[in-house]
Amino acid sequence: MSQETILEVNDLRTSFFVEGNEVKAVDGVTFDVPKGKTLGIVGESGSGKSISALSILQLIDSPGEIVGGEINFKGDNLLKYNDNQMRKIRGNQISMIFQEPMTSLNPVYTVGQQLREALKIHRGLGKEAGTEKAVELLELVGIPSPRSRVTQYPFELSGGMRQRVMIAMALACDPELLVADEPTTALDVTIQAQILELLKELQDEFNMSIIMITHDLGVVAETCDYVAVMYCGKVVEYADVHTLFKNPRHPYTVGLLNSLPRSDMDQEELEPIRGTVPAPHEMPVGCRFAPRCPFATDLCHEKLPELEDVGDEEQVRCWIYTDEWDGDPEVKVYEPEARTAKD
Amino acid sequence: MTVYIIRRVLQLIPVLLGVSILVFSLMHLTPGNPAQLMAGESAPPDTIEQIEESLGLNDPLPVQYWDYISGVVQGDLGTSMRYNTPVADEVWPKFVVTLELSIYSTILSIFMGLLAGIISAVRQYSISDITIMIVALFGLSMPNFWLGLMLIQWFAVNLGWFPPTGWEGPGSIVLPVISLGTAGAAIIARMTRSSMLDVISQDYIRTARAKGVKRRVIIYKHALKNALIPVVTVAGLQFGALLAGAVLTESVFAINGMGRLLVDSIIQRDFPVVQACILIIAVVFVLVNLVVDISYKFLNKRIDLND
Amino acid sequence: MSNQQVEAAPTQPKVENPRVKAMKDFYRRLKKNVPALIGFYTILILVIFSFIGPWMLSADPSDTDVINKFAGPSAEHWFGTDHLGRDIFTRIVHGMKLTLGIGFASVFMGAAMGIPIGIIAGYYGGKIDAVIMRLIDILLAFPGILLALAIVSILGGNLINVTIAVAIYAIPGFARIIRGSTLAAKNLEYVDAIKALGAGDGRIIFKHILPNVLSPVIVNATLYIATAILTAAGLSFLGMGAQPPRPEWGAMLNDGRSYMRDAGHIAFFPGMAIVIVVLAFNIFGDGLRDALDPKMKK
Repeated sequence: MSQETILEVNDLRTSFFVEGNEVKAVDGVTFDVPKGKTLGIVGESGSGKSISALSILQLIDSPGEIVGGEINFKGDNLLKYNDNQMRKIRGNQISMIFQEPMTSLNPVYTVGQQLREALKIHRGLGKEAGTEKAVELLELVGIPSPRSRVTQYPFELSGGMRQRVMIAMALACDPELLVADEPTTALDVTIQAQILELLKELQDEFNMSIIMITHDLGVVAETCDYVAVMYCGKVVEYADVHTLFKNPRHPYTVGLLNSLPRSDMDQEELEPIRGTVPAPHEMPVGCRFAPRCPFATDLCHEKLPELEDVGDEEQVRCWIYTDEWDGDPEVKVYEPEARTAKD
Repeated sequence: MTVYIIRRVLQLIPVLLGVSILVFSLMHLTPGNPAQLMAGESAPPDTIEQIEESLGLNDPLPVQYWDYISGVVQGDLGTSMRYNTPVADEVWPKFVVTLELSIYSTILSIFMGLLAGIISAVRQYSISDITIMIVALFGLSMPNFWLGLMLIQWFAVNLGWFPPTGWEGPGSIVLPVISLGTAGAAIIARMTRSSMLDVISQDYIRTARAKGVKRRVIIYKHALKNALIPVVTVAGLQFGALLAGAVLTESVFAINGMGRLLVDSIIQRDFPVVQACILIIAVVFVLVNLVVDISYKFLNKRIDLND
Repeated sequence: MSNQQVEAAPTQPKVENPRVKAMKDFYRRLKKNVPALIGFYTILILVIFSFIGPWMLSADPSDTDVINKFAGPSAEHWFGTDHLGRDIFTRIVHGMKLTLGIGFASVFMGAAMGIPIGIIAGYYGGKIDAVIMRLIDILLAFPGILLALAIVSILGGNLINVTIAVAIYAIPGFARIIRGSTLAAKNLEYVDAIKALGAGDGRIIFKHILPNVLSPVIVNATLYIATAILTAAGLSFLGMGAQPPRPEWGAMLNDGRSYMRDAGHIAFFPGMAIVIVVLAFNIFGDGLRDALDPKMKK
């Protein structure tokens, strides 16, 4: 790695145990988060991206359980931490914001009370100092007349305002890493842009690293430096954001991009990815994407490919980019440029 | 909020009116002539006429109702047929006893119910949870009068820890309060458990955990306050059920309260006393519900717009 | 049933009728709920036993045996004898029919009154609804056993009047639940569609609303039987229900209370019988509710 990383996730495995069956929601996920940068984790619902995010802070509830792997935060494996040690990390060095601002704030406590809580736990701030800091934080996240907001209850705020409060809460103790789980999905489009803009500003100001969980490639393009694409509990491609959009390698990533309307390409029509995500109990033995992949060979159906380096800071989990590839050699050159040239 | 309270109080008027009409009708719905019932089968006709005259039974019903209700509003609950004394004098001291019994039992129900419900929810599926839920199911299924008899047998007769009957001194209230409060405790425990479990799975609990809040603080600060909201309503309804259930408990423990007076008066067909007892219990219940509704609204106003 | 499916067939071919699917899911969940099954089979056994039990026992519940008064439980008298020397086990077996009968009959009557009231209030709404709900509020102002007590004080104390009293006490509960479900069902889109096709109120109520509101009725009825049995026993215990020498359990408890000091078993066993029956209905009702509404089950 050419630059300092703040978080390294290695072979993370999180499973849910339902009625005697193990459902591998996160099945050997590996990625790095460079310091001060934003890593996007993209995937459809059920790809395991949110579970990966929750696993980082160990917020997985029964019947879910982290069954293996390493989560190295500044060199320390968080999975070795006990509950007490983990609590000192949460909301302090690593913070999290969630998808549903409407339900993520406790309805019976004021904004101020909820903001002060983390400050009291991690910084030992009393009521007055806490309130001062809370007002400061609300101002920072762009909430008008912050002093009067601290005594308000969540129901008195709009969805966008609540998400700003969530962000303020997450920033309370100057975290080094912010995990944002679909922070804008539940918001109106105009509010979405504001929130993303706010996160970017705050990142620059505090040199904070961000993990941005999203299903929206538009959000990725706007906010991320690096991207991990997840499919069925596995990372299938990791690259910096420019490479990913310009030169996607995994057929799934290509499919995702093709199903997106783009202004920079002359598209005849949008191509949805055929088929559907396999159900947990009928997971293919080979490449998880093989049943939907237009290039799949017998090899793909039988053997699971590894996540291999294919370039500088670029990894892909696909047989096409290995020596064993037994299908059409042409597909290796799978770049928009190459395609347009051929047409 | 003020608008809500005013509206809620105004809604009481038709209910109280209806309750009073129903209570008033008790005597008139009974088959037979009330004066005859009062005087006895063999009373001479002029005695009956006299009674009819003195009670105004010959007036049209609306006039009788008006006389009745204007008396009630002024604290005149009529005259006991049995003792020929004002009903109010008879009822009030006994009402105090019943109210005490109900309040103590409600406190016990809420205290035990909350404690058991929280333990159950926090340790879901553990041995303590299962035990508490089984005990609660039994508590819910036991007739309180039978529980009272069993408590008397074990703790008063066999062990001699408490007096078997009466309502004098702190020792005597223990068994009646347990007997009356157990079912309520069971209901509140079940309600608290399901409400807590519901709250624990909410997004804002996850937010609190993500902030690094301790588990204990999450349960008692973040979860309990939300979980209490539905429990408040149940507790209010329980108070009413206990007020009425006191009829049986007082009978078992020979407590000289309003419940026992009610039962005796029904058997003696002393209608003015029956009417007074039923009216008082109903009115107290309606008023308690008013308070509960308002406090529910007060607790809940913060969530209203959310739903 | 078959009629309905024939009608539905052209519009939704091959798709399983959602109501049938819901019922299948319901049975699947119910079968997994062990306590509910225990409750159900206990009720079934008790019902069967209440009919064949008295026929199997040779003793008469009213046979007195002055020499064996207050006898404790023994091989001859499983649950002992009471103050008149009557066999308590025999009396409990004979009384089972009364207890279950009052429970079922009062809930059936309460439902028969409460369901139409609730449907009318929920379906027609407006002034009718307001008036009905106010009347219901008035009935609900008499908590717990009080309403039944008031009714018995008017009608006089005997088993039939107790049943009627407990039935009336059940009406508000049914009416309220049904009104709520009716409101929900009425607002379903398909009801609007049927209305637009010109279906009459009667047809909509009987074919489309009623089937949708039945499941809460069943849950409520099951749980209510438990309350009804407790209430009726309470009234009998106060001397306002079954009169001696009827072997009603509440009345038997009342007999036993005078002898708690020396012969506690006279009150113990009838009370235990009440607990078991009520427990069975409560467990089964809980299970039904969980199976019908999986969201509630945590």
